[in-house]
Amino acid sequence: MTRIIKYVFYDILRTRFILFYTAFLMVCTFAFFQIDGDFGKVVLSLMNIVLMAVPLVSVVFTTIHFFNSYEFIELMLAQPVNRRAVFLSEYLAVASSLCLAFVVGVGFPFVLYGAWQPISSLMITGIFLTLVFVSLAFFASVLTRDKAKAIGIALLFWFYFSLIYDGLLLWVIYSFSDYPLEKLTLTLIAFNPIDLARIIMLLQLDISALMGYTGAFYKNFFGSNLGILFSLSLLIIWVLWPILFALRIFNRKDL
Amino acid sequence: MILIDNISKKFGTLTALDQVTLELKGGKSYALIGPNGSGKTTLIKSILGLVVPTSGNILFDEESILNDWKYRDKIGYMPQIGRYPENMRVGQLFEMMKHIRQDKPKFDEELLDAFKLYKIFDKRMHALSGGTRQKVSAALAFLFHAPVLILDEPTAGLDPVSVEILKEKIVHEKQMGKLLMITSHILNDLDEIATEMVYMFEGRIQYSNTIELLKAETKETKLNKAIATLIRQRELLQSVTE
Amino acid sequence: MLRLVVITVMLISCSISNATTFIVGASQKVKHIKDAIIQAQPGDTVLIQSGVYREGNLILQKSLVIKGEGYPILDGENQYEIFTIHANDVVIEGLKFRNTGIASINDLAAIKLLESSRVRILKNKFENTFFGIYLANASHVWIDGNELQAEAEAEHQIGNGIHLWKCTNITINNNTVKGHRDGIYFEFVTNSLITNNHSEGNMRYGLHFMFSHNDEYRNNTFVNNGAGVAVMYTKEVTMVNNTFVHNWGPSAYGLLLKDIRDSEINNNYFLENSVGIFMEGSSRNNIQRNKFYQNGYALKLQASCDDNIIRKNNFQQNTFDLVTNGSLVLNKIDANYWDRYEGYDLDKDKTGDVPYRPISMYGTIVERMPQAILLWRSFLVLLLDKAEKAIPVLTPENLMDTTPAMYPYDFN
Repeated sequence: MTRIIKYVFYDILRTRFILFYTAFLMVCTFAFFQIDGDFGKVVLSLMNIVLMAVPLVSVVFTTIHFFNSYEFIELMLAQPVNRRAVFLSEYLAVASSLCLAFVVGVGFPFVLYGAWQPISSLMITGIFLTLVFVSLAFFASVLTRDKAKAIGIALLFWFYFSLIYDGLLLWVIYSFSDYPLEKLTLTLIAFNPIDLARIIMLLQLDISALMGYTGAFYKNFFGSNLGILFSLSLLIIWVLWPILFALRIFNRKDL
Repeated sequence: MILIDNISKKFGTLTALDQVTLELKGGKSYALIGPNGSGKTTLIKSILGLVVPTSGNILFDEESILNDWKYRDKIGYMPQIGRYPENMRVGQLFEMMKHIRQDKPKFDEELLDAFKLYKIFDKRMHALSGGTRQKVSAALAFLFHAPVLILDEPTAGLDPVSVEILKEKIVHEKQMGKLLMITSHILNDLDEIATEMVYMFEGRIQYSNTIELLKAETKETKLNKAIATLIRQRELLQSVTE
Repeated sequence: MLRLVVITVMLISCSISNATTFIVGASQKVKHIKDAIIQAQPGDTVLIQSGVYREGNLILQKSLVIKGEGYPILDGENQYEIFTIHANDVVIEGLKFRNTGIASINDLAAIKLLESSRVRILKNKFENTFFGIYLANASHVWIDGNELQAEAEAEHQIGNGIHLWKCTNITINNNTVKGHRDGIYFEFVTNSLITNNHSEGNMRYGLHFMFSHNDEYRNNTFVNNGAGVAVMYTKEVTMVNNTFVHNWGPSAYGLLLKDIRDSEINNNYFLENSVGIFMEGSSRNNIQRNKFYQNGYALKLQASCDDNIIRKNNFQQNTFDLVTNGSLVLNKIDANYWDRYEGYDLDKDKTGDVPYRPISMYGTIVERMPQAILLWRSFLVLLLDKAEKAIPVLTPENLMDTTPAMYPYDFN
């Protein structure tokens, strides 16, 4: 499997996209530092990048890469190589190179400015969102043979989780605002990885935003060890289910 | 060596393979023929595990291949249309394939030499012509001393000299006692290579026997004539039964 | 007012010069404070040496100076009120009070002052007292340098630290109050001054202020109180240079203003409060040169407020700067610095050329549906807020700062 990962890595590096992505993140982070020396505000601005750009780049890059590697995958599958190994190698190579780009692109400026402390939650959520959306993109890619269709599905995932879902959630809150909704909304949040990541970061950054009785409830929940464990396990589930489903489909897929 | 046991494959509403049963024995050389869309490539891909049959089973050395992949170690495959990572150089491709199957102690680089592929090692795959690509495919198929060779349209697109080189190689491998399975439209080529013939039509195997017997049955000396006669006989039979 | 206090001090010091001093202590002739009080004549001094005195309720009806040496402990044994004073010209200094009784009918206190004037309560310590210093119908009292510390777990188990009812001309300076119900409580108190106090971790309000006109409080710090500071039903209060920090909780405010008129709220610092200032039914107040930093809501302005002026304040890193519940704009919002302002300043006069609408639409939504806070900082909310800024639907269109400052003010 490591042999295959090596070649996928090689292929990813060849396109140089990852380098652009790293540079983009680095330029953004440096720019935020230039505009505002306050680490808290830099993290806040980066939070938007993490919540929006990271998932978007992850889905688009992954789907395009998957279809560009179709020949490679075909070639590999005619060899004495396990299908699972090929697929997981693709996943690991794509996910780790995107994660690495993120960690270097965002982390390097912080290290340079000597700000270690405030970025831990940013890093963790950024890495998790990358893993989740690479998973979802692989899932979208094995659903169809058509590249355009797959990118469409992957973008739909992104659009759904970053906008539509929240709209529906707001609608639910609006429609049932007379009822105690804390537990329900908490449950609904679990079904959206972007929301989960956002709340983990919010608790680190914007604590006074969570005010009022409701805010106190959420803070008590997500702020506790149990809450952190809960949200991290949910994110892990969000990484695992799409890729495992994708693997199942891929194992039976005709090439 | 390979037992195809009653497999069917449906792509949506289209039935590509319809209850195909076939036994392929070591040391023999099979010509798989049939019109376009008769299911030849699907059958080959099923053997390779690239296509998963809707029903039925395929046994390789008495073991089911359906959830296995190690058996492919014993197969050299030359696809009809070779699709390779387009950005890769030819040399890198060979490096990689050797690297992936590195448990082989020695590689069979006869075709590499014969086709003079060393000369284009620094060319990228997307820059290759169809024929050169075929040469690369062929060289890859023979590279690992595989006891089973599956060649899908091996001579299509090759220049006459290369065709001869490839044919020689195939004959040589056959003499080494390998199992060969070849599809081709150029029946004259098969005449020299194959000993057995499998004729497919609309996803079914219509005829499977030795070429000797076929020729005897149809009283023809050339394979292409024999097959033409066979098809005519079948059509006649069909019209009578209808 | 300060002059009055000074005169009081001079009068007392005059009387001391020809007065007797009674020393109370375990090794002295007078062993009990009670005895000393009986023996002493007005103007005398009772000097209490260190030790623990358990004498139940001490009633003082003479003008005496009662002084501690090395903080003698007056223990109420969880039953008694300790000092009940009904006399003018009294000084209580350097004592340590502990364990008053707890009663729900009587407001038991460590020091209770009834209908007295010209009294000084200086440098005392209070530990685990129900009420600390309790003044009713008093005037010209100086409360300085006291430390009050209680550790109650529920509001009904504890009284207020410094409690004033119907008083006038009182100075409360440099005291520390911790862990009481209200740190400092004012009801019907006029012409008084609250300065340099530190009120922290009280169960309800750090400062609770009702029907108390013409008072001034400055340089106080209110930290981490259950519900912050409440100023209610009052006119003409001056609140200057106070710091309101981390009054954080479901119903906590930095400063709660309810029915306040004609008051000045200047140069205060609001840091990390759930709500910086909550205003309700208040009119004609000046809110100027305050710093609002990292609050949940910097300013909640209910529609029942009118004619208030909000000028030259800094609003920085608050989750929401301003929310309101109505659509009428009856207050003047002017020349503030808003860190969210995205306008430009072409004529370089340090004032933005386009007006700023400080009302956050999502803040308004959260105000109505608290659960919606869960979506804060999501893409959806970003879009909604941008859309609202362009075409106001939910927020009052003409509520805006027409001359927003380009740079934060430097108040120091």
